[in-house]
This record gives sequence, structure tokens and C-alpha cells, in this order.
Amino acid sequence: MGYLNGFGVVIKKWIGVKSATGARITTQYPEETRPKPERFHGRHVLNRYEDGMEKCIGCELCAGVCPAKCIYVRGQDNDPENPTSPGERFGFVYEINYLRCIHCDLCVEACPTEAITETKLFEFAFTNRADAIYTKDELLVDDSGHPQQLPWENWSGGFDPAQDSSGWMRATAPSGDADFVGIVAWAGELGYGVRDPQRASIEVESGPVPAGAHHDDAAQDHGEHGDADHADPTEPESTEPESTPATKTPGHFDSSADLPEKKRRFGK
Amino acid sequence: MTSTLQSHVIAGMLANDPLLSGEVGLTTLLVVLIKVVVAFVGLLLSVILMVWFERKVIADMQNRFGPNRAGPFGLFQTIADGMKLIFKEDLMPARADPFVFKLAPFLSLIPAFLTFAIVPIAGSFNDGLDGVVTILGQQTFMQVADPQIGILLFLAMSSLAIYGIMLAGWASGSKYPLLGSVRATAQMVSYEAALGLALASVLLIAGSLSTNAIVNGQAGFRWNVWMTGLVPFVIFTIAATAELNRPPFDLVEAEQELVGGFHTEYSSFRFAMFFLAEFLNTVTMSAIIVTLFFGGPSGPTFGLTNWVGVYILPFFWFFLKLLVFLCMFVLFRATLPRFRYDQVMDLGWKLLIPASLGWFLLLVAVRVGSDQGWNLVATGLAAVAGLLAGAFLLILSIRASAAKREAVSLPGEGT
Repeated sequence: MGYLNGFGVVIKKWIGVKSATGARITTQYPEETRPKPERFHGRHVLNRYEDGMEKCIGCELCAGVCPAKCIYVRGQDNDPENPTSPGERFGFVYEINYLRCIHCDLCVEACPTEAITETKLFEFAFTNRADAIYTKDELLVDDSGHPQQLPWENWSGGFDPAQDSSGWMRATAPSGDADFVGIVAWAGELGYGVRDPQRASIEVESGPVPAGAHHDDAAQDHGEHGDADHADPTEPESTEPESTPATKTPGHFDSSADLPEKKRRFGK
Repeated sequence: MTSTLQSHVIAGMLANDPLLSGEVGLTTLLVVLIKVVVAFVGLLLSVILMVWFERKVIADMQNRFGPNRAGPFGLFQTIADGMKLIFKEDLMPARADPFVFKLAPFLSLIPAFLTFAIVPIAGSFNDGLDGVVTILGQQTFMQVADPQIGILLFLAMSSLAIYGIMLAGWASGSKYPLLGSVRATAQMVSYEAALGLALASVLLIAGSLSTNAIVNGQAGFRWNVWMTGLVPFVIFTIAATAELNRPPFDLVEAEQELVGGFHTEYSSFRFAMFFLAEFLNTVTMSAIIVTLFFGGPSGPTFGLTNWVGVYILPFFWFFLKLLVFLCMFVLFRATLPRFRYDQVMDLGWKLLIPASLGWFLLLVAVRVGSDQGWNLVATGLAAVAGLLAGAFLLILSIRASAAKREAVSLPGEGT
């Protein structure tokens, strides 16, 4: 009777179209969109400091690390009278060919100044190859700090501008170093100030611990049975108060002062 | 005199249809033309709707929406797909046999259309009307043709359709299509036998090959499905599913093994023709099942003999029955996983053919018994005993041959 049971299941789904067993799970895509993952890799942006200066220093590390060889950068010395970036040099040519880019985020990790990050935009399609090569003018954020919205890009898909940067970057900067998880060690950005570290994704990494319960357990560990939990050096979750979600004050940039201690703790 | 004789001869060869029994004039030709056009367009429309219907129903069964973009409820999805296929590039492999490669889709499509010609889709079978309707002053049946070979045309056409598939695979000059077409041919030839034997039981009850006569004999709910004792219907349905290459018998197009099966190398409109033929065959086969076992368009007409009682109500009953079987084929596809190739062959040769043959012999025994005035219970019991003995011998021989096969060690196996 196994076969007949199978028919029963199918008919139940069929008749119960409106009920829980037959509820439809399709997302009606252009009208509805699903929330994008925290660390989605989309179209790049070139960020600027809060004073409007460009972050890119034209070092070409992104171009060097790119496995698809889709980035072309040329640096130039800043004009001392009217500098484009705070340092000696700036990127005066910056091009990304999106017919080649595989959105691996390695350029973002390689960047020493967090100048290039990825938004969550993926709905962009071109009708000619020239449009596919994004120049610096198109990649650079506008004067309000938001990514430019080009005619062939669809930004309607439920984007939150405050979240529109590489989640992985915001968890582990500088330069993708895991020792910096949860520590704000990056400069402010035009339009956003100093972004918060990505707490949500860090908690996902530490395993299925119910929210709230974790802190209490850890506190007990500290007080009573010592290092039972801390024997595991890969435990990324820190219960020290200095690494709890940072407030949005730009002054929090100073919290990088406790980096050495943090590094020691992870290093042992 | 000669012309009358000729027309009688033509009528005798072509049809039992009263339309062709008298003088064949212009009106007669017009009626035939109307019937052909209506059947052709209607069948094409029904296939377009069937593709949509199948996708919608199967989406319901899988918690999806199915097509819902083109037109209201996605009704125009099939048309959109067809347009897309027409505008696609028409490819032919370098090693293909050009003539046969081009011929094969037609060999697949045309039999699918022709089979529908013998299906009565309307006409009242109550009040002694025998399905006769009057169009333009001419008496006729509501089917394109009622040839004397009748239902044998269906068997002939379903055999012809195998050529389409076989030649498509052969002419592609490619290995997967060839493997697919070899499978298809073996499978369809095997199940053709079971199909024919199940059909024989119906013909025994109906006493005629004509589809009109078969339907007429089933008027008043004397449907063949129980007049033949259900078994031929079950066997016919299973064999028909295999004949259609529909799941769970879609080994011909087993993507995991054969890419696309026989139509791997076909693109553009040639592929569309195979696709169309497949769904045409589904509709036609459902119509044939309805005709053979469920009384076709016969049903209560509430004493009406006007156009409602002759066209609307019978067509409504026919369509209702057709819909049930279309749903059944969709349900099969949604539920059953594909058979393994040896399972298909075992089911066909070792179960369906002996079972259909045995049931046919049982019906023959009962029929002969009632004709000769024998005791029906005794006749039936004797026949059943004989069949059981035959089944026992068959099982024994299958077991013996299986044991023999296992005893022989295959080359490269063991020591």
C-alpha cells in the first residue's frame, strides 16, 4: 500500500492549496523579494571618508588579489594643494569589469583602507559591454555617501542603505583579519559615520545558543569553574564588555586601543 | 447506377457513418470539412490548455504557483513557450541523416492527430438516436471518421508513432538519442501487446470495432469498465501510460541517464512538434479510454433532443470524463518515481500480457458458455481453474529461468 499512501500525500497537497499542508512557498520575485543574507556579495562601491576624501590610495592590492583579473587600478600622486585622498597617492583610474567579476570579495579583504566594499545589489543587467565596465565615476559613492543608482540597476529590492556594505568586512576589518572579529577598527564613512561591527553574524557563527542565555553562562564560567569554556581557542564569541555592539558615536573608533589585549587572548 | 455503386463501395470502405452512405455531394464534403477543422482546432486548443493545466495542477501538488505571468492565471504560457521555440535556432547535428531527421517529428505528430479522428465527442446516445446528429441536413456522427476498422486505427497509429521516436533517435547521429529511442521502441512494442489484449476484451463485449457502436453499446451506464470486470481497464490504463512515455514510464527521456532521450538533438520548432505530440497523445489516449471504458459522450440527456441534448450535454459528459483521466495522468506524474528499465520490461511481459490474455480468455469462456446455454457458474469456475493452472506454470517457468540465469556466472564475475 506504499504507493497508494504516496497518492494520498499528493492529493492532500493538491486539495489543501489554501491550508497549511498545501501553503505555497514561492516568492513572487519581482514584486516580492526575500531578505538578503548578511554577507551577500554584490556590486562594489568605492567609499569616502566623512570629510569627503576618497579612501582609495591606488595601491593596486585589489587588482593583484583578484582571481578573475577584472579590476584595473592606476595610482597617482596627490596634488598637495587639493588632495583627493588623505595620503600620498590616490587611485585615479579604477575600473571593474562585471562581465568577469565573480564577487568573491577578495578585493574587499585585500584593501588596506576599506576603500572598496560590496553592496548587496545584484540586480543589474547591461545591454552593451561598455556598461559592464564600471569606472571610478560610477563606483564612487555620491556626496551623501550612498551608492550611485545607475539606470540599468534595480535598487528597489528591499535595500537598507545602512546595511549596504560588505558584512564580512564590517565583522573583521582591517583587511579581513579574523583577530578583529567584533572590534571596530575602521574609519568613518561619508554619510554613515563609523559603522557598527556585524554582531548578528558573529552570534550565528558561535553556534545555536539561545539569545540571552549565552551571556549568563559565560558569566558563570568566569566566576565559578574557570577556564572550562575557554580551553577552546576557536571560540569566537567574546563576553568582554568592550566588544558588545558599539554605539554609533564616531568616537568609538578609539576602541581599537584595546586591540593588543584582544590579540593576546586569541593568540594563546 | 455505377455512381451509386461506387459511393456504396466507398462508404463501405471508409465508414459506417450515415453521412457517406448516400450520394456524396458538396454539402457532404462541406460537413466533412467542418468536422475536420473543428476537430483539428479543438484538439490543438485542448493541448495548449492541457500543458497549462498540467503545469498548474502539478504546481498545486508541489506547493508552488506554476505559470502565472503570461495572461490571466498564466493561460498564455504555452503560447509564449511556442513562440519562443519558433524563434530559436534550428540545429541539426553534422552526423544526422537530414531527410529522416526532418521527417521524424511529423511521424510523431501526425498519428497523434489522426487517432483523435475516431473519438466521438458529442451526439446523444439515448432515445434511440445512436449518436446521429444532423448538420446542414446531413445525418452524421460527431466524430471526424468512423471507419470500419474503427478502434484498430488507434492501434495502428500508436504503432506508427513509434517510428517517429525511433527514427528521431536513429537519424540524430548521436548516442543518447539512439539509446533513448531503442528504449522507447522496446517499451512501446512490449506494451502494445498488453494494450491490444485489454482492448480485445472490450471488443468482445461490444461486438464491433466501430467506436460509435462501442459507445452506443455502453449507453445507459452499461460502461465497459464494469462490463469487462475492471481488469482490462486497469491493464489498459497502465499500458497506455507506458505507451505515452509518461511518468512513471518515462524512461525514454530519463534525464539522469539519457540527457533528453530521443529528442536530445532537436531544437526549435522540431522539438516543439515532439512536445506537442506528447501532450496530444495524452489527450487522445484519455479520450480513447473514455470512449472504450466509460461510455464516451453518452450520459443522461434528460429527454432533450434539441441542440442542448445532442451537442451540449453529451460534450459536457465527455469533457468531464476526459478531465478525470487527464487529472489521473498528472497525478501519476506528480506521485510515482520512474521505473527501472528491467522493472518496466518485467511488468509488461510477465504481468500485464499474461493477465490481459487470461482475463480475455475468461471473458471468452463466459461468452461461449452463455451462447451455448452452459451453466455459467460452472463454466466460470472451470475457466478460472484453468487460468490459475496456467498462471502457476508461468510463475514456475519464470522462477526456473531466473535460477538458471543466476547459475551461469557472467564473464568477469567471480572466478
